Amino acid sequence: MSKGGIVGVDVGGTFTDLVMLDPDTGAMRLAKTPTTMDNQAFGVLAALEAAETSLPDVALIVHGTTTTTNAVLERKLSKTGLITTDGFRDVLELGRRTRPNAYGMTGVFRPIIPRDLRLEVAERMDAAGEVITPLDESAMRAAVEALKAEGCEALVIHFLHAYANPAHERRAAEIAAEIWPNDYITMGHALLSENREFERGVTAAVNASVQPLLERYVARLRGELADKGYAGDVLVMNGNGGMVSSRLVAKEAAKTVMSGPASGVMAAAYTGRRAGALNLLTYDMGGTSTDVALIRDGRPSVSNEIEVEYAMPIHVPMVDVRTVGAGGGSIAKVNSAGLLEVGPESAGADPGPICYGKGGVEPTISDANLLLGRLNTDKLNSVKGGIRKEDIEAIFKEKLGDPLGVSGVEAAEAVIRIANAKMAGAIRMVSLSLGVDPRDFALFAFGGAGPLHAAALARELSVPQVLVPARPGITNALGCVVADLRHDFVQTINQPLDTADTDALHDLFATQSAEGEAALAQESVAIENVVRTFSVDMQFAGQSHVVRVMLENGTPTRETLRERFETAYWARFKVELAQIRANIVNVNCSVIGERPHLDLSTLIDPVGRKAIAEPTATRPVTFDVAVHDTPVYWRDHLPLAATIHGPAIIEQMDTTILIPPGDRAEGGADGNIVIHVAKHEGHHDAA
Amino acid sequence: MPLDPITQSVIQAGLEQVCDEMDLTFSRAAFSPIIAEANDRADGIYAADDGSLIAQGRGGLPVFVGAMQYSTRTLVEMIAAGKVAAPKPDDIYIVNDPYLGGTHLMDVRFARPFYRNGEIYCWLSNTGHWPDTGGVVPGGFSASATAVEQEGLRLPPVRLFKEGVLDEEIYSIICSNIRVAEQRIGDVKAQAAALMVGEDRLNALLDRYGDDTVTEAIAELRTRASTQMSAFIDEIPDGQYKSTAWVDSDGVVNEPLAINLIIDKTPGHLRFDFSESSPPCMGPMNSVIATTRSAVYLAMRHIFPEVPISAGAFEPLEVLRPENTFLDAHYPRPVSGCAAEVSQRIAESVFAALVEALPNRVTAAPAGTSGNFGLGGHDPARGRDFVMYQLSGGGYGGNADHDGMANGCSTIGISKAPPVEIMEQNFPVLYHRYALREGSGGAGKHRGGLGLEYEIELRRGDATASFVMDHGRYGPQGALGGEDGAVNEVEVWRDGEMYIPKHLSKEQDIALKAGDRVRVRTPGGGGYGNPADRDPALEAEDKRLGRT
Repeated sequence: MSKGGIVGVDVGGTFTDLVMLDPDTGAMRLAKTPTTMDNQAFGVLAALEAAETSLPDVALIVHGTTTTTNAVLERKLSKTGLITTDGFRDVLELGRRTRPNAYGMTGVFRPIIPRDLRLEVAERMDAAGEVITPLDESAMRAAVEALKAEGCEALVIHFLHAYANPAHERRAAEIAAEIWPNDYITMGHALLSENREFERGVTAAVNASVQPLLERYVARLRGELADKGYAGDVLVMNGNGGMVSSRLVAKEAAKTVMSGPASGVMAAAYTGRRAGALNLLTYDMGGTSTDVALIRDGRPSVSNEIEVEYAMPIHVPMVDVRTVGAGGGSIAKVNSAGLLEVGPESAGADPGPICYGKGGVEPTISDANLLLGRLNTDKLNSVKGGIRKEDIEAIFKEKLGDPLGVSGVEAAEAVIRIANAKMAGAIRMVSLSLGVDPRDFALFAFGGAGPLHAAALARELSVPQVLVPARPGITNALGCVVADLRHDFVQTINQPLDTADTDALHDLFATQSAEGEAALAQESVAIENVVRTFSVDMQFAGQSHVVRVMLENGTPTRETLRERFETAYWARFKVELAQIRANIVNVNCSVIGERPHLDLSTLIDPVGRKAIAEPTATRPVTFDVAVHDTPVYWRDHLPLAATIHGPAIIEQMDTTILIPPGDRAEGGADGNIVIHVAKHEGHHDAA
Repeated sequence: MPLDPITQSVIQAGLEQVCDEMDLTFSRAAFSPIIAEANDRADGIYAADDGSLIAQGRGGLPVFVGAMQYSTRTLVEMIAAGKVAAPKPDDIYIVNDPYLGGTHLMDVRFARPFYRNGEIYCWLSNTGHWPDTGGVVPGGFSASATAVEQEGLRLPPVRLFKEGVLDEEIYSIICSNIRVAEQRIGDVKAQAAALMVGEDRLNALLDRYGDDTVTEAIAELRTRASTQMSAFIDEIPDGQYKSTAWVDSDGVVNEPLAINLIIDKTPGHLRFDFSESSPPCMGPMNSVIATTRSAVYLAMRHIFPEVPISAGAFEPLEVLRPENTFLDAHYPRPVSGCAAEVSQRIAESVFAALVEALPNRVTAAPAGTSGNFGLGGHDPARGRDFVMYQLSGGGYGGNADHDGMANGCSTIGISKAPPVEIMEQNFPVLYHRYALREGSGGAGKHRGGLGLEYEIELRRGDATASFVMDHGRYGPQGALGGEDGAVNEVEVWRDGEMYIPKHLSKEQDIALKAGDRVRVRTPGGGGYGNPADRDPALEAEDKRLGRT
């Protein structure tokens, strides 16, 4: 291997995946090792070893970690204090007054910072940024001392209306730094200069309380890698799909919280751009849930309003990945109305589906796939518990088939049908809420279970094509390899379009852009090209939702803003409201440092490909009640331009692709497979 | 051949999807923040012959769970009787008359006939809470109205869209009678667009599965939902269950109103008898029958969230018409409090009656008020009038597994409260405090959740404050030995003098000038189980964190 290797390594819930690419020779190596939860670095090192990586020859390691995600979800956070405006210390706990579910008057909510570590000081700005009460500096000192004495490691300073005037927050941070020199002080306005005290406060609190954890983790990993001869920088993935140096990442640690799903979407966008497929709905089906995202014109859609879980908003720009509650482990049952339901309960990874042989006894989507012949039963042989296909069939018959009056296998097919209908519905809701019709997109299927369901789902959605990348099971690691550097800026201005100061707007864009470029200059990674994107979030006066309006440059005229907004609004809602005044709410700029292009054609080693497509086996697979003798292919052996007519199954190390009858799969560049999906034939749906 | 259960499941999911897509379209395009942000709206599919509920969106506001089928039914009956113009394709009726199967005037319904092969196959309908429909106070929540005319413009069913075209004449009458009329066109278009989306999606569903199959599935799903609800209610032992819940007053006469509920449980059936409740009242705390029934349905759905929203699910729930009580109001009784407050007391009576029979499913009483504080006045700095609403949450009741949640939203809603920063941006007010209300949760093995307390100062100009809240007299009920949550408290501070509204939780038009303040403490939830059984560790944590 030449001295220029690029390694992407992504830590997932179960596996740590690695892709290593030598850009000079095109050589590619892949590895998959178990994730080590306590210290993810062990799994990372194991993956590097499994790929026989010579660390001195690696130029760049890009890392996706769930350290911060897990810390937030499990509330295993650094002890963090909050100092806030007098009268408002409970904002983080009060939330926005909802409940987790529309029906059921119960719920549990644990604030990020407990009440005894939330202190108040006298100070107040109004909404225009005018000082109403000056900052009480001695109270500030006392509060800092108190939190320091409590043993806090990190501090959040979050004052009302600091987005309009951050002077008090800045002064308070100076005071804090004098008496408590500390790298982990987060000012509310610094990460997110947007009105809404709960969302801004939670974002800042999450940031501060994961900073020390992330810093320690990346420092340890850097040390371990250096010991093994790695001389380069480690870059860490952010939720915006960009990456940032491990030496800088902890500063804005909140941005890493949703980075796992984001890198998969970045890989999808990259793969799609190379294949000329610019409009994609990504569909990543895993064991417990399914992630869906939208890519338009080759770029993932980004949102500032992601909720990590109930009432846990992180309002920094992140790739807009929506989770729908169905995965391979989703449990099927017959409800008290005698109807079949799939989910929301999941067997998870432990005990998992019956076919894992870890004691699971509830029928799941994965078990149904196995019964129908869609998954390889050979996998059962490796199961410790000695589960046989007959055992699974008996459970399906008893728990589902008998109450429904059908056989175990028919019940399995019904489970898949219901699950597909449910996932298709959820994907439609996601696309509609993003203002698009799914029929205008291709489905990009990845994750261990995505390619198994994708063609049927596409049919449900009237989506004509499914793109299955070469390595669906390691897409997140690939996302690390291909990610760009990225910095995002959001500023709330809240001005009527008619009277907004456009010169000030242009200045703001220029400032944001310059800050982004300065940040890029600090990174040690080669950049080929800098791309700046400018947008504003607008609404009609009186509305609460905003519409993102993309701009061509940072110097739009008032007329351009108006036209673009009206066009965007019409595209989204088919409503035209010339009589109502428009407002500019947020001003957004992203500065992206694009890295040199990488060749993905060796993700499947060309040497292993054969001249003609020959099945390795044939097995009976059930489609629409009929059993078909279905050829099974090994993907790595397929000719690059293979055409395969369904029914067929294509197996590979990291996934199984199902080509239903009537559909046609075609291989193409980079080893992608495109499934051309046949339309529904009327109402054949009686199972 | 009977339809197989699997196809039924798929069609059920398909019908719900149609409604969910209508909900989404309506919210995303709506102007009114009450619709867009607070989701105070619902969309559904209703039977052609009797308006019964076929499916409703899962994201609809809970209070509409059962109400909308009554307005559709009334419309169908009035058309049949020739009292309302017969429909044509692409017509949309508008109606907000509470006595014709509605809630309060602000809930404006649209109904669109859905045609297949030249005949009405079903109705698509939606409701949205308009910010204003005229009347004596902005927003419509008058605490002291004594007739519906004071509450706003009442619309019988009329065709606002005729064959797809907005009737500008009717629309201009509406606009001349409501406040901030210029923004309503946005809501009207959003509401109509949602029905269009429903039409497209329902046509697609029928095209795919065939009209006969879908029709059969709808009938079968209704039977199954009924069976399912019966099976769930059989978790309740047969017998009689009683409870009482109190509304502080009607806002006009300062006497508490009693909701006396007797539930008779027989196999697969629950009968709800409210006939011993207080007579119709002078003030706006009357409930129309559609809202009374809907409140029972929504309470049962809080208890059994698994049951789909369909007419079948309501069949085993028999709500006797409580004639001559304030829960069956007729014209011209004022009703603005029915959807926001009385409905929550009705739900509380259902919870209180059933909590001993279903201790793992029912909680102690939640705060159960929408906490409506309205402030209207003139902002001299901006040279314009304003109307502000602060709706707030309260504590939830303790339950079998946990303490009640703090600051949960109303029983009948599922909406976010506006941020303090946005309120201060839009209105001439300054919040001095927005905090957990310490000590407000009812004691219990699992204590009630904490309420909210806030204090707001008027910064400029003059304004009047109005309150429509509840639980000022008696706190939310504890259960199974738990204590009641703290009562709702309102204080108005003028020139440094404290004034407490005579009706405690309700009063209209209290004059304020710059510098005056309003302090509100919302109820805590009822406690669950004997406080002596509380885990000492939880008690110590409550002390340490200043919750008790």
